[in-house]
Amino acid sequence: MPFETLVAGCLAYVALMFAVAFAADRAAERGRVRWLDHPLVYTLSLSVYCSAWTFYGAVGYATRSGLEFATIYLGPTIVCTGAWWGLRRLVRVARMHHVTSIADLISARFGKSNPLAALITLIAVIAATPYIALQLKSVRLSFEVFATETPQGAAPGGAFGGIGLWVAAGLALFTILFGTRNLAADERHHGVVTAIALEAVVKLLAFLALGVFVVWGLAEGPADMLDRIARAGRDPELAEGWLLRPDRWTALILVSAAALVTLPRMFQVMVVEAADEERLHVAGWAFPAYLFAMSLFVLPITVMGRELLPADANPDLFVLTLPAAAGQNLLAFLVFLGGFSAATSMVVVCAIALATMISNHWIVPGWLALRRRPAGEETEDLRGLVLNARRLAIIAVVGAGWVYHEASGGGAALASMGLVAFTGMAQVLPTMLGGLLWRGANRRGAYAGFGTGFALWLALIFLPSIGIGALPPLPERVDPLAFSIFLSLSLNTLVFIGVSIFGFPDPVERLQGLSFVSAVEPIRHSRMTRGEDRAEPLLAMARRVWGADPALRFFQAEAAQQGKSGYLPDLTPNFLTRLERRLAGSIGAATAHAMIDRVAGGVALTVSDLLQVADEAQRAKEEAQRLESATTELARTATQLREANDKLTALSVQKDAFLGQISHELRTPMTSVRAFSEILMTPDLSDEERARFAKIIHDEAGRLTRLLDDLLDLSVLESGRAQLTVTAANLHDLIGRALSAASATRPERSFTVERDMPSEHLPVITDADRLLQVLINVISNSRKYCDSDRPVLRIRARRSEQGGAQIDIIDNGSGIDASRQSLIFEKFARLNDPARAGGAGLGLAICREIMAVLGGDITYLPGQGGAAFRIELPRRPPAGAAQTHS
Amino acid sequence: MPDRPLFLERASFRRRRLGDAARVLPVVSALLVLLPVWWMPRLISFAAGAAWFFGLWAALILAVWALHRALLRAEAVTLRAEAAVVEAARERAAAQAAETGDTAARDSHGAF
Repeated sequence: MPFETLVAGCLAYVALMFAVAFAADRAAERGRVRWLDHPLVYTLSLSVYCSAWTFYGAVGYATRSGLEFATIYLGPTIVCTGAWWGLRRLVRVARMHHVTSIADLISARFGKSNPLAALITLIAVIAATPYIALQLKSVRLSFEVFATETPQGAAPGGAFGGIGLWVAAGLALFTILFGTRNLAADERHHGVVTAIALEAVVKLLAFLALGVFVVWGLAEGPADMLDRIARAGRDPELAEGWLLRPDRWTALILVSAAALVTLPRMFQVMVVEAADEERLHVAGWAFPAYLFAMSLFVLPITVMGRELLPADANPDLFVLTLPAAAGQNLLAFLVFLGGFSAATSMVVVCAIALATMISNHWIVPGWLALRRRPAGEETEDLRGLVLNARRLAIIAVVGAGWVYHEASGGGAALASMGLVAFTGMAQVLPTMLGGLLWRGANRRGAYAGFGTGFALWLALIFLPSIGIGALPPLPERVDPLAFSIFLSLSLNTLVFIGVSIFGFPDPVERLQGLSFVSAVEPIRHSRMTRGEDRAEPLLAMARRVWGADPALRFFQAEAAQQGKSGYLPDLTPNFLTRLERRLAGSIGAATAHAMIDRVAGGVALTVSDLLQVADEAQRAKEEAQRLESATTELARTATQLREANDKLTALSVQKDAFLGQISHELRTPMTSVRAFSEILMTPDLSDEERARFAKIIHDEAGRLTRLLDDLLDLSVLESGRAQLTVTAANLHDLIGRALSAASATRPERSFTVERDMPSEHLPVITDADRLLQVLINVISNSRKYCDSDRPVLRIRARRSEQGGAQIDIIDNGSGIDASRQSLIFEKFARLNDPARAGGAGLGLAICREIMAVLGGDITYLPGQGGAAFRIELPRRPPAGAAQTHS
Repeated sequence: MPDRPLFLERASFRRRRLGDAARVLPVVSALLVLLPVWWMPRLISFAAGAAWFFGLWAALILAVWALHRALLRAEAVTLRAEAAVVEAARERAAAQAAETGDTAARDSHGAF
């Protein structure tokens, strides 16, 4: 294919990517993120894992080492089988803390320590530089292949050297354009992610098309293919390399599993660009499926490449040379675009991730440390500073890759350069896992473990890979790479655990540890502020990071949440914590922490603060328990209230009835008084008649008086104005008088009265007349209502425990049913029909009032075989009652 | 604070067992990937190994897919059940409140 056509095709493809990224960013700006947020787009963006190393290098790797190439994809597959509880949790915790990179995650976990983040950034940069060089190299190689395959054979020789530079510059431009557009708190780049998803589709289609062509076009179907693979396995030249070595196999699966979560670019797409953990439900199986599809045809391509291509052909380029040699130029071009996509997407995401780390952990903290001014005087635009730092870092990262590419001249095989990066980032794994799973892990342990791993990786893997130093001599059966991996990772882990065990983390770290390990929202930060007027400087600071409008929106929302209007919320610990986490989303946890400390004034957390936090948790628990018991109490009260309500309702009905009744009661005698007085006015009456009518009038007036007396008596008693005449009396005498007085009620009935004479002789100190009134009333009631044929009245008196007296008056009638027992002492209560009772229904109410005034009580005794009342007298009336002593 | 219930109803029980399966799956898959190579490297290195690993791979993908589907459904069922319980409780409370309110209203008319 002519070089110019190739370049034109490439440029057209690049233009398409720019357009897609631009359109996606525009759509996201307008809030149309539903499609962009689709789990499928997320899954495809994860495919940035398959860089050019996969696309070209897998076949080369398979040529040299057979099935071992699959370790790079089996590792992530195993991690994905644990997506439900593993990756989801990682994403949830990271989103909770607005983590911006893997370095930020670890720094936030270990007490927001910036030096730790800076160290991790360092290993990431060292590991990534050869890796980026590798991508540039793959693009240059693919160009070379195509250009030398042109029929003219006159490729412009000097062009290839420039290709790396041109590609690097284009990628840097793309990354700066779409990767540093904003400094949003949630750090998502819709444009980049969408473009990468599209590139993932191109990669996959290209590789599958090639695979299908190889299996069905060059070979004769899958069965034939398996035969050829088996034959290749018997080839002594290959068999030695193809034989799987268990130690290498295990080490590589471990490292590639770690790479899925620790490589900066993977962390970027999987964690930082994820809106939530829900999308892992799809990605958990779809991403392994993608890897499966990308690996399925690697062995067939390897085998066919070896069979059909000359022996000196570079196996790393079989994917391109195979279709080209078969005359399938279009397919070859598609494959070329696939490889181009793989390389570019990796560089773009890697550059974004590294630039975020470099700016957040190197440049911005350094800048703030250099320009230490008193808080509040800073006016410079931090947002611009951070964005420019990122742009600079992108150029530096891509530039370093290009320099490395130029310097190394591209000698090493693709696969080994990729493995260097994988093993480097795998050193972060023990710290990361420990931080997420073990509350005891602390910063010193992290420094020590990670430092050990880093040093071993440099000495055993990185430096030898660029030709400096060498491994100490090993026994022949030990694989150097597997040995280095196991040694560095196990020492790393051991040192990390060992140092952590003997450390005592500071309070911030312990709070963060709790939040990370339990995957709960960070407990409120017990941060103190110097003054109440610091909200404005904080707003100014947030404005410098986010720009004016987003900062104002955030502050207004916070103020509204506190119930305040305007833009300045109170500096509550909750607000400060939220502000810090939002800021951390833009500039990293450590820097955000330091900045808020400077502006709002922070007092370092102390152990007693932590204890206070624990106290609060305890208090919250107790509060919950208290609430629970309060709820039960409430339920009880509600029941009581309902009972009271029922009673009130019944009484209300009775009262209505009684008002009618009392009017009637008053009206009846009045009517007869009026009628008979009219008759008396007629002159022609005999004296006898006159006397009779006068008596009737007299009787009726008496009835009226009694009724009114009762009412008056009751009202006097109720108001507590009753005068008591306290004397000593013998209870026996009182009962005797009461019985004889009450015998006037229904005198026609003969009652058997059972008395216990000896026990009745009790001296009582009370108002004898009032007590007598009560006794008469109760006994008359019995006489009135006892419905037995042979009525018996039992009276029992005894000394009560408190020293007073207790009198039970029990008849043998049918008693009062339970539903009415609570009502009988109410005013106007009358159980039977009024005519029969002949009273106004005030008797027992008066009794109760009298007993209350005397300091005693009268109650109904249920279950005595009839109506039974118990009258209780205290030793003497209460001192508070109005008394006149005689 | 209510203690953890001693026994779970069917939906939550099933969801937890599926959660257990999700925890076991990575271990099983790691063993299936690693053990054959330690056990019989010579046999597994060539065509037979390719068939084994790619077959296992496809099976794992299907397993994760099925597991996630089942877990999502179980989660939805549990959520619905919880929502139903909460809803029922709320209705009961509302009915009770209405009843009490009625009585109170009647009383305020009755008493004068």
